[in-house]
Amino acid sequence: MKTGIVRFALATYLVMLMLPVYWMVNMSLRDNADILSTFVLFPENLTFDNYIKIFTDPSWYSGYINSMIYVTMNMVISVSVALPAAYAFSRYRFIGDKHVFFWLLTNRMAPPAVFALPFFQLYQTMGLIDTHIAVALAHTLFNVPLAVWVLEGFMSAIPREIDETAYLDGYSFPRFFFRIFMPLIKTGIGVTAFFTFMFSWVELLMARTLTTTEAKPIAAVMTRTVSATGLDWGLLAAAGVLTIVPGALVIYFVRNYMAKGFALGRV
Amino acid sequence: MDKPTNNGAWLLVVPVVLLVAFNAVMPLMAVVNYSVQDIFGPGQAYWVGTEWYREVLGDTRLHEALLRQFLFSGLVLLIEIPLGVLIALAMPRRGWAVSLVLVILALPLLIPWNVIGTIWIIFTRPDIGLLGYSLNSLGIPFDHTASPLDAWITLMLMEVWHWTPLVVLLAYAGLKAIPEAFYQAAAIDGASAWKVFRYIQLPKMRGVLTIAVLLRFMDSFLIYAEPFVLTGGGPGNATTFPSIYLVKVALGQFDLGPAGAFSVIYFLIVLLFSWLFYQVLQNVGRGKAR
Repeated sequence: MKTGIVRFALATYLVMLMLPVYWMVNMSLRDNADILSTFVLFPENLTFDNYIKIFTDPSWYSGYINSMIYVTMNMVISVSVALPAAYAFSRYRFIGDKHVFFWLLTNRMAPPAVFALPFFQLYQTMGLIDTHIAVALAHTLFNVPLAVWVLEGFMSAIPREIDETAYLDGYSFPRFFFRIFMPLIKTGIGVTAFFTFMFSWVELLMARTLTTTEAKPIAAVMTRTVSATGLDWGLLAAAGVLTIVPGALVIYFVRNYMAKGFALGRV
Repeated sequence: MDKPTNNGAWLLVVPVVLLVAFNAVMPLMAVVNYSVQDIFGPGQAYWVGTEWYREVLGDTRLHEALLRQFLFSGLVLLIEIPLGVLIALAMPRRGWAVSLVLVILALPLLIPWNVIGTIWIIFTRPDIGLLGYSLNSLGIPFDHTASPLDAWITLMLMEVWHWTPLVVLLAYAGLKAIPEAFYQAAAIDGASAWKVFRYIQLPKMRGVLTIAVLLRFMDSFLIYAEPFVLTGGGPGNATTFPSIYLVKVALGQFDLGPAGAFSVIYFLIVLLFSWLFYQVLQNVGRGKAR
């Protein structure tokens, strides 16, 4: 009875969550004239033209490829530098630890608009404008602090006795870290990987500032094409639907890390 | 048990500090530079001291935008955090349904922010949008381009739709990290569901909820793309948040000086409140033992 109500409430929430996304899918399968003239719950004049255009026009699909490249780079860099740092924060005291920990997060707190200009100058000096690595590096500004914070939380939940036992058993630090510790915080790594992917994928301002053509992200391609063609709702909706797909795949792959949870609980 | 002191641990932190500092230090210094100079062009800049700060602090339109922002971020936290925890508690713990729910939850988070605004324009338009059309055909006039209240409702709906899943994912991961033994012990003691929540689940979620509150506060306080696309700050100035006003000043009027001063003040406000939240969440309910 009680679980029935809970299930029903959860299902209702999930349906409401999907409504705007459904509406986007609905629009993506219709042409612009049809969208603007009639209101229908299910597309009647189904067309895949919007998707065909995106998959055949290089200026469209290269946007997806560019975004995927720098987002993956960013995810790998962020998680790999954050893992050891989070371990240090969760296990040891050291000079300035608390200050550095909070300072990291302050890098997410600046309003990006005015920072775009010096960012451009910085990466121009490095000769990195319009490269994937530039966007990947720039996005570490907000993703590395987040990764450190999330991972630190998960690591602190693991009792320190585990580390000590491993060292007593003669494990070296790297061997302990990769063989014992990382499997224990799989959930945290999964969540962190997803978050870094997500924040880099949806960020537009920096990515647009640092690129012109060769590494232009899909979100920027969408705004440009929209203003140039005077809002083609169907095409825009189809592009929007396609922006969800890569991330949905990522969460599908990390879901087991998130779902399996904490190995210690079963010991 | 206290953590051992080991300054060698700095070696593990150095890569992170270097990487973040590389991105953070120079742009921040540049913006502080803008805020104390009057810049006419390359090489033509004059020191003006605190003039821009005084101008910005006396700007009543900025005061209004900031008040709006506090109201918005306050509502965001009051709605999204409890809702997110409730949904995380309601989620299945195992089985195929977990994967399905996780993927559905992630959908709104994965859409680029400017596209979010566009989706909600489509979704709420009275003539072709599912929400706008449905409400109007039910006899409830709803048009976020005309009524400030409707604009706010639409923005809040969009914000809650967009970001509550983030709180859910964090809270759910926190719940999953609680060892089964805790629940078994609680069951042996015959603890009620409320007591399990209050004394086991909530304390164990402190870490993830701290991150959730800080992230939601910072990101909602800096919100730009979604309201800019959806309402453009209108109707009137009803949804002009500081970030939107800032871009108007910085890009619309090419005034780097006031925009820089504005950015610094804006940053300090976010910093101050984040720090307060962090301190409170770190210490609340810990008692004197700490």
